[in-house]
Amino acid sequence: MADPHTPAPVIDPSHALPPAGESTAGHAHHPDEKPHPTWKQYKWVALILAVITIAEVWIYYIPAFVASRLFVPSLLIMSAIKFAIVVMFYMHLRYDHKLFRVLFTGPLIIAITSVIALMFLFGQVALRLQ
Amino acid sequence: MHYTATGLDNRKIAIWAFIGSECMLFMSLISTYLIYKGKSVVGPFPHEAWTDPMTGRVFHGILDIPVTSASTFVLLMSSLFMVLALAAVQNKHVPKHTTGDRILGSSRLWLFMTALAGTTFLGFQAFEFTSFVHEGLTIRRNLFGSTFFTLTGFHGAHVTAGVLWLLTLLAIDFKRGLTAADEMVVDMCALYWHFVDVVWIAIFTLIYLIR
Repeated sequence: MADPHTPAPVIDPSHALPPAGESTAGHAHHPDEKPHPTWKQYKWVALILAVITIAEVWIYYIPAFVASRLFVPSLLIMSAIKFAIVVMFYMHLRYDHKLFRVLFTGPLIIAITSVIALMFLFGQVALRLQ
Repeated sequence: MHYTATGLDNRKIAIWAFIGSECMLFMSLISTYLIYKGKSVVGPFPHEAWTDPMTGRVFHGILDIPVTSASTFVLLMSSLFMVLALAAVQNKHVPKHTTGDRILGSSRLWLFMTALAGTTFLGFQAFEFTSFVHEGLTIRRNLFGSTFFTLTGFHGAHVTAGVLWLLTLLAIDFKRGLTAADEMVVDMCALYWHFVDVVWIAIFTLIYLIR
């Protein structure tokens, strides 16, 4: 039996669940989430991704650029931009709840830090320092 | 409904946590490749030609950038098809008046296109692996072969799992029709598929383009 003197639990309205049987479909899922992009925005994102990919392959075939110091940083920057665009727009991380951002970027930062550390310890970066 | 105290669906939290752990898996494979890069004693090598001193056979740089660029483009476009499939499921309840609306609102079409693009990517990968083996590069040949086949093989296995997931959703869509209430199921598949795509974005640059 529940104690009649116990106060009813206070529910934060922002965390209230939808009524039973009500669909969460549509776009407004959680108060902290923003509406997802439209198909026109998706189309522009795809176009930008395609253009960056063409630019990546194009500079691969320019011997003078490949020999320059800009080659590797350029490729890494373009790859990072593509990665960020897909994650933000196609995976909706820009629009969804911040908890999802933490769940993704936390392990990603650990992973990238580990790769950089390992490259300094054992990889080509380590060889250059010797 | 599967809600947590945060007000968020626990399935979506689970798929993001899974994707986070997958980041670590792929970064470990990528770092292994990078650490052993350029340390193979015998060829074939990814970009440089090599002559076998025992047989005199000449091995050219083995990576085929035009073919891999095409497969990369296919995988990038599959991500567009996937978001269109998700949007179609989310907007099932919205009336479609024009042919364009009906095409954009067809979850069956976009799920099929995504699965087709994924299968095409796998076809490119099978072609690449077969041609590498014919040219003398196997997983046991050298450090490049070991790390390359392990990394790209793991990615290919993930794409295969994604294609099976997509085909399962497509079968459900044909059997009873996906509705707006199924949005979360499609969203989870979409997140997994886009993750497979972003992993390939990293692999394409780090393994194929950077010499």
